[in-house]
Amino acid sequence: MSANTQTVTAGASVEAPARRKPQLSEGARAERRLGFMLIAPAVIVMLAVAAYPIVYAVYLSLRRYNLALPQDQKFVGFANYGAVLSSSYWWQALEVTLIITVFSVAITLVLGMALAFVLHRTIFGRGTVRTTSLIPYGIVTVAAAYSWQYAWTPGQGYLSALFNNSAPLTSHVQALIVIIIAEIWKTTPFMALLLLAGMSLVPDDLLKAARVDGATGWQRFTKIMLPLMKPAILVALLFRTLDSFRIFDNIYILTAGANGTGSVSILGYDNLFNALNLGIGSAISILIFICVAIIAVLYIKGFGTAAPGTDIGKR
Amino acid sequence: MAAITPARRAGWATTNLVVIALALIPVLWLVSLSFKTPAAVLDPSFLPAQWTWGNYHGILTSAQFLRPLANSIGIGLISTFIAVVLASMAAYAIARLRFPGKSLLIGTALLIAMFPLIALVTPLFTIERALGLFNTWPGLIIPYVTFGLPLGIYTLSAFFREIPWELEKAAKVDGATPFQAFTRVIAPLAAPGMVTTGILVFLACWNDFLLAISFTSTIASRTAPAAMQYFSGGSVFTVPTGPIAAAAVVITIPIIIFVLFFQRRIVAGLTSGAVKG
Repeated sequence: MSANTQTVTAGASVEAPARRKPQLSEGARAERRLGFMLIAPAVIVMLAVAAYPIVYAVYLSLRRYNLALPQDQKFVGFANYGAVLSSSYWWQALEVTLIITVFSVAITLVLGMALAFVLHRTIFGRGTVRTTSLIPYGIVTVAAAYSWQYAWTPGQGYLSALFNNSAPLTSHVQALIVIIIAEIWKTTPFMALLLLAGMSLVPDDLLKAARVDGATGWQRFTKIMLPLMKPAILVALLFRTLDSFRIFDNIYILTAGANGTGSVSILGYDNLFNALNLGIGSAISILIFICVAIIAVLYIKGFGTAAPGTDIGKR
Repeated sequence: MAAITPARRAGWATTNLVVIALALIPVLWLVSLSFKTPAAVLDPSFLPAQWTWGNYHGILTSAQFLRPLANSIGIGLISTFIAVVLASMAAYAIARLRFPGKSLLIGTALLIAMFPLIALVTPLFTIERALGLFNTWPGLIIPYVTFGLPLGIYTLSAFFREIPWELEKAAKVDGATPFQAFTRVIAPLAAPGMVTTGILVFLACWNDFLLAISFTSTIASRTAPAAMQYFSGGSVFTVPTGPIAAAAVVITIPIIIFVLFFQRRIVAGLTSGAVKG
């Protein structure tokens, strides 16, 4: 209908684009305007401080740019990526990051499930347990990391004394284990809370019916609770995996990346602040970004994880 | 339900105790270290043989800790305030209004929430140096607001959707503009959600370490977590274990207060955006 008016009167062609869609009522247009006004500040901030820098990082990653030699800037194509990808430092950091991510997320899932179960089922003291378990979640990671570091320092720490004055932070494998323990301690409560929210959606009647039918506790858990909790578990795993992949604070305090315990984030940081190489540092940034994107796509497309927030727009 | 037998009670009591102990032991170890004398720090026993306030006295009279602590509080509060205001506006629009580009906004926020921070450190470091924001409060506030926004938008739009539509309609029928409907009717109802979001955003700012060490170079803007590694011991040869432990305890106190007073809200906020049936 609106297309007809367009062809008939030449003068209307100026306003035509606005008319192509069905006419919006006055109220709907006001609603639209208000909507744009309300989201504008948030959108501008997110574009300026997150989107623009990532585009800028792509640009920097294609250039030779060392802060120590600011005059020597030049477009070098993918040479920085070549340098990173052919360096053993990158692959070792990626391996360390993946090991920490896989072990800490897997163990956190099991412990988080156990903690969620305790919070769900304990017959008394639920509030106290929940309050206490929120402390590891809330505590500043750096503060907790110092606690672990001192605990494992020989001659100084209770944990080191417990294990024959061992010095785990000075050996590759043991240091990784300590880092993983620190991660697990910090993140299990968050995992547990996400799982608990999923667990409380499992109808009690279903479990009772299964019990009447003679299902054992383990069967009720694996055959009823786990399938019903699957969406909650996947979202919790997605959050934790992406978070764990970015690990920085714990490693920085515990080992500072010594003995081959540096993650990709530590590598990126060192490159910027010790080597002052913006070109290489940006290439590392982009590669980390690609890794995170791959993980997210794997979870969302591969396992069918509901991307958090996707249901927000439906109403 | 099976009867609560004494054995069951004992079983749960043990379980609860184990959970509480696991959660608290690393924190109590910090507390214990913070009360140890410099000599006793080298004694691995869990409790101090001699208690001293010396470490607290040391850090609470030193600008090396007081200034970063003030920075942490100031930067955290300002970032939280701005992030909650901007996120409330956007979340209201997402939850209540019809406009195109909504899913793009949600997608962008999601992307930023999942962003590896380190990927932004290099470009932001360069930009901040060029704009003169490096080592200033705004240099940290701006990125903190940005990374608080996605969290805020998710949490708040979940809260906003719980508010009954009818109240807003009634206000409009009574002649309120959409803006008035927002400020007079919805915003007060959304206050609990805003408090929750504020706590979560503040905790995230309070906790940050990577940006704080990357974008600061002196105590003019360095926050407490970033300042601890620069503490010095009594002499070149003593490690500053006691002062660092005391500082760690001091920055943990606000968290414990938040958790004690707002635990229900924190749990509601953490799970609201993430889990849907």
